Amino acid sequence: MTKNRLARLLGSAAIGIALTFSAAEAAEVEVLHWWTSGGEAAALNVLKQDLESKGITWKDMPVAGGGGEQAMTVLRARVASGEPPTAVQMLGFDILDWGKEGVVADLNEVAAAEGWDGVVPLALQAFSKYDGKWIASPVNVHSTNWIWANKAVFDKLGIAPPTNWDEFIAAADKIKASGLTAIAHGGQAWQDATIFDSVVLTTGGFDFYKKALVDLDQETLGSDTMKTVFDRMSQIRGYLDPNFSGRDWNLASAMVIKGEAGMQIMGDWAKGEFLNAGQKPGQDFLCFRFPGTQGNVTFNSDQFVLFAVGDEQKPAQVELAKAIMAPTFQSAFNVVKGSVPARTDVSDEAFDDCGKKAMADLKEAAGANHLIGSLAHGHAAPAAVKNAIYDVVTNHFNGSISSEEAVKQLMAAVAGAQ
Amino acid sequence: MTTATTIDSTIGWLQRQLPKLVLAPSFAVVLLFVYGFILWTIYLSFTESKMMPNYGFTGLSAYARLWAQPNWYVALQNLGIFGTLYIGICIGLGLLLAILLDQRIRIEGLLRPIYLYPMALSFIVTGTAWQWFLNPGLGLEKTMHEWGWTSFTFDWLINSDKAIYTIVIAAVWQSSGFVMAIFLAGLRGIDSELIRAAQIDGASSFAIYRRIVIPMLRPVFLSAFIVLAHMAIKSYDLVIALTGGGPGRATEVPATFMYSYTFTRNQMGVGAASAVIMLMTIAAVIVPYLYSELRERRHEQ
Repeated sequence: MTKNRLARLLGSAAIGIALTFSAAEAAEVEVLHWWTSGGEAAALNVLKQDLESKGITWKDMPVAGGGGEQAMTVLRARVASGEPPTAVQMLGFDILDWGKEGVVADLNEVAAAEGWDGVVPLALQAFSKYDGKWIASPVNVHSTNWIWANKAVFDKLGIAPPTNWDEFIAAADKIKASGLTAIAHGGQAWQDATIFDSVVLTTGGFDFYKKALVDLDQETLGSDTMKTVFDRMSQIRGYLDPNFSGRDWNLASAMVIKGEAGMQIMGDWAKGEFLNAGQKPGQDFLCFRFPGTQGNVTFNSDQFVLFAVGDEQKPAQVELAKAIMAPTFQSAFNVVKGSVPARTDVSDEAFDDCGKKAMADLKEAAGANHLIGSLAHGHAAPAAVKNAIYDVVTNHFNGSISSEEAVKQLMAAVAGAQ
Repeated sequence: MTTATTIDSTIGWLQRQLPKLVLAPSFAVVLLFVYGFILWTIYLSFTESKMMPNYGFTGLSAYARLWAQPNWYVALQNLGIFGTLYIGICIGLGLLLAILLDQRIRIEGLLRPIYLYPMALSFIVTGTAWQWFLNPGLGLEKTMHEWGWTSFTFDWLINSDKAIYTIVIAAVWQSSGFVMAIFLAGLRGIDSELIRAAQIDGASSFAIYRRIVIPMLRPVFLSAFIVLAHMAIKSYDLVIALTGGGPGRATEVPATFMYSYTFTRNQMGVGAASAVIMLMTIAAVIVPYLYSELRERRHEQ
């Protein structure tokens, strides 16, 4: 090889090596999540832009699937291969399960420096910490006992937001009689269970909910009140349209947005869909607690669990954790997402009417100790029990078993999954 | 020996061993990734693994839990219904189509690929397309209503009792062309002298097929059965795409059961146990077949 050629070859090799090194040093976070619908992606963008302004690249890893099941499977594969993502969106007991595996990062330093212990509600901290160590940054508090209604439909039929079960059935009857679908719903197990959460809460009250779905007391699970719960689930089934099987939750929201359906029983992430469609709370859509559950909040909190990564990635990871808990981010993100900040010291100025109501309800419920985890979203019982209950609820909801049979199967399922 | 003959004999040895050398890497990979991991799964089925593998031996506790799940019985029952109908209808339909195509019709060259096309689709595509077609609000039922036949109903897809039959429909549509192709090849391999001799003896067409042709196709039946049986036991993507396991859990099959218990429900021990049961079912089908094949070969030798 001539001297010239050799020099050029070595020169390009040197540049190549230098580029590789500098690329490795650029701060990057890889985030696994399932926020893929319109409203959710817009909300996550707030965090992306916040980090990018700090010079940290955001490597997005979205895995679609409303309840997060597919994302958890992908996570398992990544951890088993030894290369976990920097941060993973997770709910409830899954966080504690992963904490037990010992593959997560210890955030106590950041938590102490930023004073997290004082501003995060205890009910949430139960899921953010494992073995006394902070392992996750809570992003928000969603609550699941909401109904989202089309205001035009309600006004035209002269319906006021129902405050108890009988008014709810009367309202649904009116909407069904007018030719529209009374309740928009997607026939997926987690959506059926979301309705189940609210029906348990309204039928038996807070203590019944706690005994049955958190303490998993067999007697409570087998009681007559539980049979009434299943009867009421069958009643709700009568108000759905025939194509609800397998429908995604945001398509059900779309039915309400377009005025094809009157109500959707869904957590407050549905608000993001309404906002994304340009609707305004109080003018185009109504938000009210599931009839009979005002004063209680069944919550689920999205938290970003930070996994144990190599030393070069740690500074970027710490920045991510801090950025998630910053009050400005918490306000901006939750305004778009439809949930309530995980920090109690964030002002509700920027929030719309539904958001303000949600924050007020959360304060009220937390104060009265009526803030409790949602079963359908993994905050009341671990995954094995949650899925066993899903089976019974969805089988019953789809008409395979009677209410008496469902109660018996519920007791057996919970016992068998523990 | 001179150097020339040593080199010659080395080259000769290499040439003789060449097939083994070429196959060795694939063999090693298959041995590790298929059989090695099967053994690993079998070991996991004797543990109480939850989210990640846990290697503490706990005996048959995972199997006890498995047989206590009502979902498992639903899955096995669905496998029985689906498997029998799928294999039976595919073989019957495939044989019929092959016999009809074998009548030396003019457009055989056009019809054969048309029947075979569904095989080119993946099960996910088949499942999704059939889901749209069978959805009462989107597909067949809605079209019939729009064409004026308003009392037509075909809501099997959302009916807990009938949903498994929709999976049979989609799977048969996909695979019967393939079975037809296998049978056609088999039919073409039958010596036409035999047929002519039977025709001279005065046998009717139907009798010829029933007594001569079909018995001669016995090896083809066996191949078709093996292929279809293993596809039936493994079917996961079709079920997920078509019904998602629903409505409720009505179309749960062992493959979907295994996946959900291992990955979604953090009960890896139970999932591994169900995988071992699936393996035993497949082995129960394949091993006698292999045995009969080897015995025949030994007889021929």
